Amino acid sequence: MKQIIQCQLNGKPVELVVDVRQSLLEALRGHGLTGCKEGCGVGECGACTVLIDEVPIDSCITLAIRVEGRSIRTIEGETVNGKLSAVQQAYVDAGAVQCGFCTPGLVMKTTSYVEGISRSGGCCQNQIDSQNQVDSQNPVDSQNPVDSQNKADNINRETIRREHAGNLCRCTGYQTVVDAVEKSIQYYSGQE
Amino acid sequence: MFPIDQYHRASSVEHACSLLAEYPGRKLIAGGTDVLIRLREGKSGFSSLIDIHDLDELTWINHTADGTLQIGSGVTFTQLINYLKNDSLLPALVEGSSSIGGPQVRNMATLGGNICNGATSADSAAPLLAFNARITLKSQSGTREVPVEDFYAGPGKVHLEPDEIVTTFSINQEDHQNTGSHFYKYAMRKAMDIATIGCAAVCRIEENRIQSLRLAYTVAAPVPTRCHVLEEQVNGQPVSGKLIRDIAAMVLEELSPRNSWRASKDFREHIIRTLADRVVTEAIIRAGGQL
Amino acid sequence: MSVGLSQERLDAKAKVTGRCRFTADLTLPGIRIAKYLHSTIAHGKVTSIDTSEALALPGVEGVFTFADIPKVPFATAGHAFNLDPAARDKEDRLLLTEHVRYHGDEIAVVVAVDGLTASKALKKIKVTYEEYPALLNHEQALDDTARELHDGSGNRVGEHSYQCGDVPAALASADAILKGQFQTQMVQHCHMENHVAWAYMDDTDHIVVMSSTQIPHICRRIVSQALDIPMSTVQVIKPAIGGGFGNKQDVVLEPMVAFLTKQLGGIPVMLELTREECLTSTRIRHPFRVNIECAVNNDGTLKALAMDVSSNTGGYASHGHSIAKAAGSKVVPLYPNAAISYQAITHYSNLPSAGAMRGYGSPQIVFAVESIMEEAARKLGMDSIDFRLKNVAQTGDTNPLTGKVIESAGIRECLHKGREQFLWDQKKQDHSRFNSACKTGNIRRGLGVACFSYGSGTYPASVEIAGARMILNQDGRVTVQIGATEIGQGSDTVIAQMAAEKLGIPVSAIRVVSTQDTDTTPFDPGSFASRQTYVVCQAVAEAGDLLRQRILEHASCMLEIAVDQLTVSEDAVIDTSDNVLLSLKDLALDAYYHKTRGQQLTAEVSRKVTTNAYSYGCTLVEVEIDIALCQLTILAIRNIHDSGKIINPDLAAGQVYGGVGMGISGALSEELLADPETGWIYNNNLLDYKIATMMDSPDISCDFVETHEPTAAFGNKSLGEPPLLSVAPAIRNAILDATGVAMNQLPMSPKALFTAFRAAELI
Repeated sequence: MKQIIQCQLNGKPVELVVDVRQSLLEALRGHGLTGCKEGCGVGECGACTVLIDEVPIDSCITLAIRVEGRSIRTIEGETVNGKLSAVQQAYVDAGAVQCGFCTPGLVMKTTSYVEGISRSGGCCQNQIDSQNQVDSQNPVDSQNPVDSQNKADNINRETIRREHAGNLCRCTGYQTVVDAVEKSIQYYSGQE
Repeated sequence: MFPIDQYHRASSVEHACSLLAEYPGRKLIAGGTDVLIRLREGKSGFSSLIDIHDLDELTWINHTADGTLQIGSGVTFTQLINYLKNDSLLPALVEGSSSIGGPQVRNMATLGGNICNGATSADSAAPLLAFNARITLKSQSGTREVPVEDFYAGPGKVHLEPDEIVTTFSINQEDHQNTGSHFYKYAMRKAMDIATIGCAAVCRIEENRIQSLRLAYTVAAPVPTRCHVLEEQVNGQPVSGKLIRDIAAMVLEELSPRNSWRASKDFREHIIRTLADRVVTEAIIRAGGQL
Repeated sequence: MSVGLSQERLDAKAKVTGRCRFTADLTLPGIRIAKYLHSTIAHGKVTSIDTSEALALPGVEGVFTFADIPKVPFATAGHAFNLDPAARDKEDRLLLTEHVRYHGDEIAVVVAVDGLTASKALKKIKVTYEEYPALLNHEQALDDTARELHDGSGNRVGEHSYQCGDVPAALASADAILKGQFQTQMVQHCHMENHVAWAYMDDTDHIVVMSSTQIPHICRRIVSQALDIPMSTVQVIKPAIGGGFGNKQDVVLEPMVAFLTKQLGGIPVMLELTREECLTSTRIRHPFRVNIECAVNNDGTLKALAMDVSSNTGGYASHGHSIAKAAGSKVVPLYPNAAISYQAITHYSNLPSAGAMRGYGSPQIVFAVESIMEEAARKLGMDSIDFRLKNVAQTGDTNPLTGKVIESAGIRECLHKGREQFLWDQKKQDHSRFNSACKTGNIRRGLGVACFSYGSGTYPASVEIAGARMILNQDGRVTVQIGATEIGQGSDTVIAQMAAEKLGIPVSAIRVVSTQDTDTTPFDPGSFASRQTYVVCQAVAEAGDLLRQRILEHASCMLEIAVDQLTVSEDAVIDTSDNVLLSLKDLALDAYYHKTRGQQLTAEVSRKVTTNAYSYGCTLVEVEIDIALCQLTILAIRNIHDSGKIINPDLAAGQVYGGVGMGISGALSEELLADPETGWIYNNNLLDYKIATMMDSPDISCDFVETHEPTAAFGNKSLGEPPLLSVAPAIRNAILDATGVAMNQLPMSPKALFTAFRAAELI
């Protein structure tokens, strides 16, 4: 059940032979892009996160044939000429890497997050309120994330957590990952 | 690899309808966040797929001339949230949609899929019920429209004929304009979880009286359920602490949560009552009521 | 100076770029995929199994059942071999079984050209069972009439007891006695990389196994035992590993992939477990039932602790009774001045097999001990921190269990520091106002504290041996090989820092070979017991000294200057006046290529460690509880640790954050659930087995009290496991503080809070 599809992969046009039964994750790994990982196979852990047309998705529950004509970004395309992306550098600097299995998926999710903030015109650096940590809020409100949008307003550790709730990590307690996202926003805006 | 035997990409709703009519037993796949998981589990009945993902006809949101909000069944939750938030519409539906899975799942999962899988825990179902949403279905034999509430047939079952496709969700202007609404998902985790209980309330207040209240629950019965009797009784009542207590006291009469390993009936009943209080209160406040 | 600095992880860039390769990223072309057939019942016997249809499926290359495997029982626990046969792990496993001992037991295995074909073949295997009643708990398993899970065992895996001091006398004479029963749950590691291993043969009798394992050298021994082949015909390679937390301190897949490739003519075969399989069919944390008595005097003196533990190891022993044993031994160094008795039994049951998991029994026992300590403090009307300050160990105390002096104990300093940094006293005052203002209100706040002590390594229960090899490369840089495994905790980086410190060169001039390969890697049992920095540092320090000496000797030969006039600094040899005399690169080239003098400069040290050092620490937590919603929010949580000298502060903090995060998740939501009748596992997936998401995880803070541990080369002690230990009891004590409700069972989930609040008539 093979098909040949054309797509952009990390900025380059490619032709991929995919099986219609294959997940995008399987197709990418089969193509040598083993940076995306399978941690659950059901879209719970986010280790397989890649961007399709800049939108982060779980590649384990996406059929490979769906990327026909699309543009895919994976972790392998984020380092250009040996230079880490702003987000990758932030993860290194924040000490957000331990076993590293969830890291590529997290980096891709954060990448889409910070680029989204930038697109929406957020002047990131001033927006971070690192003091604004998990305050005891009205629990009814705090349960309901309404910030799926990449808006520049109200960026704090709580909204960062909401935006990354689809990526599980078992090593870090997420502390340094949240730090890394804050740093990513700073680095990314500094680089622009 | 998923155990798929046949895969067809529909080029239009009409094409999807004809593919469905051709061979009964084919299943539609939209976002894929449920279908592919079932395939992976080895569930039967999903091996022949018609892919309706990203069809232009299913991925729009607009207002008709009479102000009806129409949402294509293939709209992803992220698209829906962004649209509604931008226009400050239907906060309860924004909250329901935002509580589904995590961001990546919401980027793929569709409103149509969430309803068609028939789960009593569907996070978008309670707000849709509370907004009196209707669902439009198409097949080669025609088009029909039913309230979302009537679309549910039983646990995991909906009134979707084998040759039908859900195209649109419609919400009348009078069902959401000038209302206050709220949805709360009670779950064991704050994300990536299945609801223990979900509760949505939509109300309209006039002179601090309940002009109308619509209250709906998920996981509180075999299917997402509206509390019609309760709604009747509170309409016209002045807003008060006692009213809220009365609502919490009578809410269980129309609901029948079940005992399962995920949560006991007792526990669910307690949460149902607690949420009746909290969610209705918030909806009233959002509607301009004074408590 | 390298030790004590926050050196960036050596593998950080490899990991953020996705270039770091894990076991499944290294497969060979055409690798075959194997899948297990798991039992659909928890207890019984396979009465018939028909694999003919599966075998006939195109693409299937082999189907093996319990009838086809070597009948050599083996133990899977990743312990170093024990010369004393009585002290070895229970050899109670075969590669496959007809006697089903838990829901998910492996009864057959299929090998096919791809995973989909293998899955289809599994569905074609027809199995019938004779089902037996599931024995799930202490009473059922140890009932006289209970069926034995393993012949001759009586369903007992091990029992032991100890007593320090006169516990009965202390109980009889104390001013107050507190009693409690505590129950912990089945918890699973949920490392993000599932278990995966693959194997092929590269000669007629040589098997190469690639595996995500914490213990390559032990793995090799067990594979050779299970297959009854010589150890040197097995080569185990361990690349980067996506977390282990003890679950990969067990030999789970490797014997099977080695067996399969051998059966199939050496072709590469891979077993990659799904998350569902990993949750039920690898290992879990032992559930403990602890009955505890605590005797105190009115002046706040802890007189005695008496513990009675039942540990449930599930269908197979795995680490078995070692867990309950280790747990018991680690209580004493915290309260060495009290009389302490401990008796424990470990039994089999028809639950998933329990093995090693971060903390190795201590999280369970610390939950009981620190909960009863809290009850005691409250009974006496003493502040929780004051009560502990009065009773915890201090440097110079003797551990009555070993008779050895505790060389460093910073727990008092930890408590003082925690009290101050956490604003404990101020918060306590605020809360009393807050809670009394609405004593019957819905939102309440509370404070909790709990302490722990923990060992560094497994000595004297097991041998502690570590190997390090250092090579001066031709470019003047140094390659370090160690047998101990990097599993995400950062040990390679810390070892590079130690080597750099000893050699006098910067960390950037050191390459640590992160992959262990049993054909070439110095022997070391692996990564467990928070042993890495403590045990490996001796070998690394000595190897570093040795190589440095050899470098200087060669420099002396080249420069004709006495060795004691020379030293290594940065990338060169310098003299006593800091003049650069010779670059290490030139020295190396000379050593390698000078036609008559010199040689490749290397150093190799294998060292046994015959000491153990106790690390200490505490958790302070502030919670807010919405009574009606049965929901708990952690407002603040802080761990203070005495792990001796901190080699790398950032990495150390990372270990604490991770341990506390795992501790919170285990305290509040994680629970592998079995049907109480059938033993059927309900929630073997990440939707229903609830590890914390980022939204469920509060900000975590930590600090250290740096004592100096004289038995370690750099004054360091354990840190990998400890951060988890005191989290659950601290939260439990905070709930008690906030609501007056004692949660004596884990997890303290909304469901459990509902039941407890209802019983207490709060709702």
